[in-house]
Amino acid sequence: MPIPISYNIRNMKLRKGLTIMTALGIALTVTTAIFIMALLAGLQRAFVTSGNPLNVLVLRKGSTSELTGPFPAENFQVLKTLPGVAKDSHGDPLVSGEVTVVIVLPRRDGSGEVNVTVRGMMQDGLELRPAVKLAQGRWFAPGQREIVVSNSIHKRFQHADVGDSVEFGKGSWQVVGVFDAGGTAYESEMWGDVNQMTSDFDRQGVYSSAYLRATDAVSAEALKNRVSDDQRLKLDSMLETEYYAKQTSSGAVIRTIGWIVAVIMAIGSSFAAMNTMYAAAAYRSREIATLRVIGFSRPSILTSFVLEALLLSLLGAAVGIVLMLPFNGMTTGTQNQTTFSEVVFGLQMTPGVVGSAIIFALAMGLIGGFAPAWHAARQNILNALRG
Amino acid sequence: MTLTRFVTKNALRNKRRSSLTVLSIGFSLLLLTLMMAIWRNFYLKEGSEVSALRLVTRHKVSLTFSMPSYYREKIRALPGVAVVVPQNWFGGVYKDDKSRNFFAQFGTDPEEFFKVYKDWEIPVDQIVAWQRDRAGAVVDTKKAEEFGWKVGQKVIITGTIFPTNLELTIRGIFKAPQPTQALYYNQKYVEEAVPYMKGQQGFYTILADSPESVARIGPAIDAMFRNSPQPTRTETERAFQLGFLAMLGNVKAFILSICGAVVFAILLVSANTMAMSIRERTREVAVLKTLGFTRRTILGLFVGEAIVVALVGGVLGSVAAFLIGVGAGKAGGMMGALQVSLPTILVAWCVAALVGFISAVVPSYHASRLNIVDGLRHIG
Repeated sequence: MPIPISYNIRNMKLRKGLTIMTALGIALTVTTAIFIMALLAGLQRAFVTSGNPLNVLVLRKGSTSELTGPFPAENFQVLKTLPGVAKDSHGDPLVSGEVTVVIVLPRRDGSGEVNVTVRGMMQDGLELRPAVKLAQGRWFAPGQREIVVSNSIHKRFQHADVGDSVEFGKGSWQVVGVFDAGGTAYESEMWGDVNQMTSDFDRQGVYSSAYLRATDAVSAEALKNRVSDDQRLKLDSMLETEYYAKQTSSGAVIRTIGWIVAVIMAIGSSFAAMNTMYAAAAYRSREIATLRVIGFSRPSILTSFVLEALLLSLLGAAVGIVLMLPFNGMTTGTQNQTTFSEVVFGLQMTPGVVGSAIIFALAMGLIGGFAPAWHAARQNILNALRG
Repeated sequence: MTLTRFVTKNALRNKRRSSLTVLSIGFSLLLLTLMMAIWRNFYLKEGSEVSALRLVTRHKVSLTFSMPSYYREKIRALPGVAVVVPQNWFGGVYKDDKSRNFFAQFGTDPEEFFKVYKDWEIPVDQIVAWQRDRAGAVVDTKKAEEFGWKVGQKVIITGTIFPTNLELTIRGIFKAPQPTQALYYNQKYVEEAVPYMKGQQGFYTILADSPESVARIGPAIDAMFRNSPQPTRTETERAFQLGFLAMLGNVKAFILSICGAVVFAILLVSANTMAMSIRERTREVAVLKTLGFTRRTILGLFVGEAIVVALVGGVLGSVAAFLIGVGAGKAGGMMGALQVSLPTILVAWCVAALVGFISAVVPSYHASRLNIVDGLRHIG
């Protein structure tokens, strides 16, 4: 017969100080683990959910990012006329030739400067990205030295409010709007008119990349193959979603350091939990012997103690999760290793992250609780009763 | 029995508990020591003397914009400038597009490169061989070991930014004070293959003739080009490197929050242990008091015990961290930041001792204030 779980709960209540301190120790470890996992989840989201599956991105052959390979603008005229390209609201092909450059902006909190991507696009560029919504002001007008900035750039950098002007290229650019990209990779960008930008950056006659909207998924594939296989164009193309999925490797540094930290802390906490459980077993040795005399078996005592350790770690996990909740959605940035510019992402406490944190805590409880439970279950009844 | 011996005996009384506490504190301090080592290596350590003499000039907008080649002569003419070399990021891959094959390649001027990087070690005949071969390259020892490259070997670097591949011959292998993992080739090679790169340079590295000149040169260069189409930004080599670090994210806050969590965690562990062991000894405390030991001595006994346990953990943890640092130092690159120095270890010990002290104060104080009769009556 199993020992009722209320026995464990009452025991934990009895020695409140011990329980709270051990649970807090576990909670701190869980907090660290959640922090790291939430960072990675946010980063993953910034890339994986970016891009429209019907958008085909065209780059120069051999180029791995939008930043690196300019191609002649004549080629863009060829791309426009390819079959399978959707029409925009005016009945013209829904395509955008774009130029991306990286500029340095000072952070609002004064903690240094960061590279930010500036994207020049045609008017269709906005129609190609329907998921991006205007949050403040208005979109840039063609032929004007105007830019719209993403919400997180607006929050994190100086001179990024509507009405401010930003200096780059051959002069200043007026910020006319703020857009909300919903945590995707565009959250790290500023947008303006492509013709203004190519002349500012002396890149007339070339585009860094081109976006084509396909009519459907099948023609997106066909369009992709057609562009890549065309020997005259010397261009490469991929779905926009594929392009961003490849960039998730930017989190590799955080992932490695994060896991090392979490694992070392977990080992430390497991030892602490073990200590607490050994003490619990020692305090209750007479009690355990009595339970044995009444007829509870060794396995049920083992289970009971392991359960208590798991309860302790669950408590720790709960506290850790609550401690981290205020940080959910907090945005931060890291360097995108493909474009060398800052990618902004939020801490995302997804159900997966919370679930993993709980499993992580339970693992600590199990490791810390098993040896003491074994010890408690194996002790000699007579000696314990006498002690 | 002396008081020190009493403390040690007590610390060893419950061996399992003490060793678990020591292990727990040890692991946490291992982490703390490594984090502090990273902090120190990134933010506190001064570069070599020669490194402090170097400055980097880049385009004001960002590193991805290039500057005209004639800037080099104009910079060279400034008082206090000893040597200037241009550097250009190639961004190619070796063999295939795997992240481990992605490393830094810079196009530069072999004639003067090692005059700027005069603290890097390379045999003179290798420098001469590099200068003679336009398709020659020199590479960092670590990178050469990693790829198994030898002097005289041909390597092909595939361009991703520029529409050309580099077919280079390794002419020399250099050893830098801090491993760079980089390969340097003659920029003329790229200028010939990619016409639009002619007359353009990515950034300039400058060697000042004296430490006094360093502060003067930066503003002088930037002032000179302020109103040109390509304004510049000049900073010390160290500030330039820290700029890259800042891009990784808010590294300082990340390290600080981890350190905070770790210190708080060991405080909890240590306080827990002390609370347990003092509680167990309530009756003993009463006996000690009956024998005439003062409150202060009793307080000292328990606090001493906590400090001993925490310090043992601290010593074990920091020594483990030191060993990890030695191993990481051999691996080179970013891993070199894990190298632990003596001051870092000492700080870790102080933290351990302090944690031991704080954790024991409250329970020991209670124990020392105990009423003798209550204490003797207390049941385990």
